Amino acid sequence: MTMTSTSPLAASGLSAATLRRIEALAIPVGALIASALVFSVFLLALGKSPLEFYGLIWTGGFGSSFSVQNTLQRAAPLILTGLAFAIPARIGLTLIGAEGALVLGGFSAAAVAIPLVTGGVTAVIGLPLMAVAAMLTGAVWIGLVGWLRHYRGVNETIASLLMSYIAIATMNFFVEGPLRDPASANKPSTMPIGELYRVGPIPGTTVHWGLAAGLVLAVVLHILMTRTTFGFAARMTGGNVRAAQAQGLPVGMLVVGCCAIAGACAGLAGFFEVAAVHGQANASLVAGYGFTGILVAFLARQNALAIVPVAILFGALAASGGLIQRRMEMPDATILVLQGIIFVVLLTSETLYGRIAFLQPRRSGDRT
Amino acid sequence: MTSSTLTRRSLLRTGAGCVAAAALPFNMARAQTPIVLGAVYVGPRDDFGWNQAHALAMDVLKQVPGVTVIEEENVPETDAVAQSMESMINLDGANLILATSFGYYNPFVIETARKYPEVQFRHAAPLWNKDTDPANAGSYFCYLNQAHYVNGVAAGLSSTTGRIGFVAAKPIPSVLSNINSVLLGARSVNPAAVVQVIFTGEWSMPVREAEAANALVNAGCDVITCHVDGPKVVIETAEARGVKSCGHNASQAPLAPTGFITGAEYKWETIYKIYADALATGAEVPNFIAGGYHNDMLRNSDYGAGATPEAIAAADAAIAGLKEGKPIYVGPLKDNAGNVVIEGTMDNYDPVLDGMSYLLEGVEGSLT
Repeated sequence: MTMTSTSPLAASGLSAATLRRIEALAIPVGALIASALVFSVFLLALGKSPLEFYGLIWTGGFGSSFSVQNTLQRAAPLILTGLAFAIPARIGLTLIGAEGALVLGGFSAAAVAIPLVTGGVTAVIGLPLMAVAAMLTGAVWIGLVGWLRHYRGVNETIASLLMSYIAIATMNFFVEGPLRDPASANKPSTMPIGELYRVGPIPGTTVHWGLAAGLVLAVVLHILMTRTTFGFAARMTGGNVRAAQAQGLPVGMLVVGCCAIAGACAGLAGFFEVAAVHGQANASLVAGYGFTGILVAFLARQNALAIVPVAILFGALAASGGLIQRRMEMPDATILVLQGIIFVVLLTSETLYGRIAFLQPRRSGDRT
Repeated sequence: MTSSTLTRRSLLRTGAGCVAAAALPFNMARAQTPIVLGAVYVGPRDDFGWNQAHALAMDVLKQVPGVTVIEEENVPETDAVAQSMESMINLDGANLILATSFGYYNPFVIETARKYPEVQFRHAAPLWNKDTDPANAGSYFCYLNQAHYVNGVAAGLSSTTGRIGFVAAKPIPSVLSNINSVLLGARSVNPAAVVQVIFTGEWSMPVREAEAANALVNAGCDVITCHVDGPKVVIETAEARGVKSCGHNASQAPLAPTGFITGAEYKWETIYKIYADALATGAEVPNFIAGGYHNDMLRNSDYGAGATPEAIAAADAAIAGLKEGKPIYVGPLKDNAGNVVIEGTMDNYDPVLDGMSYLLEGVEGSLT
């Protein structure tokens, strides 16, 4: 792109890439502000104070060190499940089955832990084995969706969703049958992994290590998708499969690979749910993180790095949701309405890219 | 104060002043410590079921002077509940947490109770173990099967076919005891009565619950009852099919104006008042409360249009009997495979019944 612009920002000497970054930041932030305004109208219509509402979001989400940790703890699984949606999206796949991979991954971790715990294997060896089992299970599960897509032509959206149900049913079968802890009479669960196998909080906080894992993976996957030939090939395939095939790219491997990475992310989220939160596998693993991750990834525009702040925003909304219920006597659905408005406004704002004149690198007199 | 003017005397004076200043509001605050009850629900407060029963009891407590009630609904059985409880403590000053869903207890109530030893935690299922669990935690529980027995009595005399349909969630002891109690209640007034059960496998799966209710009506049942989280769909389906119904957890009478007989309901306010009184007087909050009809912790819903006069008379008599401790399980009783499972007469609170793992003879259905 050439710098023949007449727009003030462009004229100020900013490069095209910088302008694109400003645009990529300004549009979502503007959409968030617009959503907040729209939601304020909703609140006023109910006779509630928007100022009190946003004040409580701040208090509940960021207002104290407790609130910040509450937010981060809730954001941790969403970063991983957000990545599980975003990576296949870069290769053009809409995978909505991270929930199943999370559940099955968590279950595998708990199942692998049973012989390890009873065999007295030290946690230093046992925990990585559990994590690997969870990630492998997730990778195979979602990798299978990619394989079905590429080699059998099965729609990946439907397949991943349906396989989610199979995953949950599989876990229920084992948890209520062969692997049930006899002590878990009224809530069927696997054998507890025990205190030794619990992943503790990050030192100095109450937030579990899943957050750190999410941050690291977000950075690693961002580099993978933007700075490596694998990422370039994947994005090219996402742009145009036929062109990629014509170039001789191994499209099948790329599709299955991206799906496997996604599954591994979701499986790892499941591992942390078991090792850091529940201490065993049971129906509580089915908490909807996989589906919220879809929203997170959408709002982050499938950008691995942007998933982190978006997940934190969702964590803050969830963390302050309780406070809003308690202080403003509003139903739980309030936060869902806000999330819905944010989602719709952000999707609408997608059409603004390339249309805000002063953010465009080249804009001659014809369209200003 | 700067270091140059700091003498021993002034330091002491200032120190004493600080202590006095700190102690004064502290003592005043202690004297007026408000009683803040924080209730956490797993579903919506108006679910016509388990959560509504608790929310109604909290509404009663809101009328008690000096008691503040804060509530949070739709809190999943994940670390979200730990965060919600901590948020109630840190941001709203809750001094008693009522965690009302089964899966909240282990590990979330236990771990949060360890972290906040000055706050009381009570959980609505008989899980607290005085040897291993924190002293500031505890359990409360009601034997709802007694009210289901009354349902069975009323259903037995309101049915013309003698077939009662039961939509059940999971084959766990508390559900099985309710099914068996309905059978024994019905057989106490109609020795030929039969209970047909269908397990949905989930606590809340409205579509399958409606299918099950329809299937039971098709199989000739003319009274439908259930044990699922929210009985709304089951009762509405029964009403739409023109058969009678008995409720569960809360009153579903408004949903079935023509067919409702009565329903098994909790009377949680009895327990919550005990807690609030203990906090107000500074007495020990009891760690474990269990009960039933004999200590005013259950009730049956007001009789609906589906109850015949004989049914009402017999059900009232059954309630009077239960209040005096009349046993429900009177042996010898066989399971529906023909094995004798209860030899003698069981007290209504006999711990052996808590491990129930069978359907009695007269119940059509299977645990697997």
